Amino acid sequence: MLEGVCAAYGESQVLYDIHLHIESGEAVTLLGRNGVGKTTLLRTIVGLHPASRGKVCFDNEEISKLPAYERVRKGIGYVPQGRGIFPHLTVEENLRMGLAALGGRGKSARHSVPDHVYELFPALRQMRRRKGGVLSGGEQQQLAIGRALVTRPKLLILDEPTEGIQPSIVQQIEQAINDIRAELRIAVLLVEQYLDFAWAIADRFYVMRAGRVVDQGKTKGRDAETVAHLLKV
Amino acid sequence: MGESAVIAGQVFNGISVASILLLAALGLALSFGLMDVINMAHGEMLMVGGYLSYLTCKFVHGPFAFLFALVVAFVGACVLGALVEVSVVRSLYGRPLDTLLATWGVSLILQQGARSIFGAIGDEVTAPQWLNGSIALHHGFLSGVNLPYVRIFIILLAAVVLVGVAVFIARSRWGMLLRAVHQDREMAEALGVNTRMVDLVVFALGTGVAGLAGSALALIAPVTPTVGQSYIVYAFLVVIVGGLGSVLGITLAALLIGLFSAGAQIFTSVSLADVFLLLMVVAFIQFRPKGIIVRRSRAIEET
Repeated sequence: MLEGVCAAYGESQVLYDIHLHIESGEAVTLLGRNGVGKTTLLRTIVGLHPASRGKVCFDNEEISKLPAYERVRKGIGYVPQGRGIFPHLTVEENLRMGLAALGGRGKSARHSVPDHVYELFPALRQMRRRKGGVLSGGEQQQLAIGRALVTRPKLLILDEPTEGIQPSIVQQIEQAINDIRAELRIAVLLVEQYLDFAWAIADRFYVMRAGRVVDQGKTKGRDAETVAHLLKV
Repeated sequence: MGESAVIAGQVFNGISVASILLLAALGLALSFGLMDVINMAHGEMLMVGGYLSYLTCKFVHGPFAFLFALVVAFVGACVLGALVEVSVVRSLYGRPLDTLLATWGVSLILQQGARSIFGAIGDEVTAPQWLNGSIALHHGFLSGVNLPYVRIFIILLAAVVLVGVAVFIARSRWGMLLRAVHQDREMAEALGVNTRMVDLVVFALGTGVAGLAGSALALIAPVTPTVGQSYIVYAFLVVIVGGLGSVLGITLAALLIGLFSAGAQIFTSVSLADVFLLLMVVAFIQFRPKGIIVRRSRAIEET
C-alpha cells in the first residue's frame, strides 16, 4: 500500500534510502530517538516536505509528484506532531475542515461530519462550539484524530499521539485507534517514543537511527525490551 | 451656518471618505494577512472599477444603470485581480520584496494603459437621477448641514459590503477555509485544502471590492489614470493602523483616518492635514508596533 522514501533537509541529508512498506489494513510503528528523521519521513510521505530522490507509492500509484492536498484526497490521513488544531476555529469547524479532502468524491458526503467520529470521541460532540485553542492536550489529540478520520483515509499517519498527554487519556486514545482499525480497516503508520503504546497497536515495527532503518520485524513474539536499547539516549 | 454644523458636516464627509478607504483597504488586508503579499497594483483596481463604471454608464441607460455598473466593476476587478494573481503573484510566492516590485510594475502598466485608452483627463460618471439631491437640515443646532444622497449611498454601499465580507468570512465554507489557511497553512493543505485556490479566491475578492470602491469614487470625483495612486496611500495607512486579518480593526482604522483628515481640514489646508495624518500614524506605530512593520519583517525572515 505504501512504499518509499528518501529525503533531504536543505543541504544536509536527513534520510538515507529508507524502504518502508505497509500493507492495507496493517499497523506499523516507526521508532527512534529525537532527531533521527521520523517526522521528516512522515512529512515527506504526506507531501509537506519534498523528497530529493526516491519515490512514494500509495495504492500502487506513484504520488511523489503530487501536492499534499491531492495526496490527502487519495486517502492519507495525517495527525501531525503538536496536533495541528486550528486554534480560532471551533471544534466542529476543525472537524469540517477534514471534509475538504473529500473534494471530487461525491457531493452528498461533503457537507456533514460522519456520526462515527462523534461516537468514537463523544467528548467532541459536547465541545462542538468551543474554540480548538482552549481544549486540553488530550482533547486536541482526540480532535486531531477525529478530524483525520473525516477525510476518510485508507492510511492514518500519527506523529507521537501520546506526547504531553496524561496516562488516562493515553488509554482512551489507544482504545480508539484499535477500534478504528477493527471497524474501519484503516492502515496505521505510528511514530512513537512510548514503546508500550506502540507495541499495543502495531503489527510490525521499524527502528530508525541517523536517517536509516536499523531494525525491523513483527511485534508479536518480540519483546519490546529488545529494541529499547536502540531508543535510549 | 453654526460651528457645530461645520463640524457635523465634516464628520459626515469623513465617514464617507472612510467608506471608500475601507473598501480599498479590505482587499489589501486580506491578501497581506493571508499570503504575505503586498499588492502595489491594488490602487489600480479602484481605477479599473471606476473606468468600468464609466463605460457601463455610457452604454447602458436607465435609472438603475449605475447599480449594474457596480456589478460590472466588481466582476471586472475580480477577473483582473485573478489574472494578476495567476500570472505574477503566484510565481513569486514567498518572495515578498519581488512581489512588491512586480506588482508595482503591473500598476504602472495599468496606469499607462488607462492613459492611452482614456487620456489623462478625467472621465465623469453622472450620478443617476435618484442620487441627485440631498437632505438639508434647517432646524436645530445642526441647521445648515447638507447631506448629499450620493455620499449617503456610498456609506450604505460600504456598510453592505463590509457586512457581506464579514458574513462570508464567518459563515461560508470558503470563509472557513480562508480562516484555516490563515491560521495554519500547512495543516490546511494536509487536510486536502487546495491552498493556492483559496489564495486566488481571496485575492480576487479583495480586488473586486477595490473595484467597487472605484465605482463609488466615480460618483463623487472624475476617474483619472492615477486615481488609484491618491487613494492607495491612505489604504495602506488604514492597514497599518488597523492590523491584519481583522475586519473590525480595518473598519475602525478607516473611520479613524477618514475622520481625522476631515477633522483636520476644518482647521488647516488639505496638505497640512495630510502631514498631521502621517505624523499621527508614525506616532501610532511607535505605541502599537504590532502593525504592518513587524509582520512584514517577520515574513521576510521566514523565507
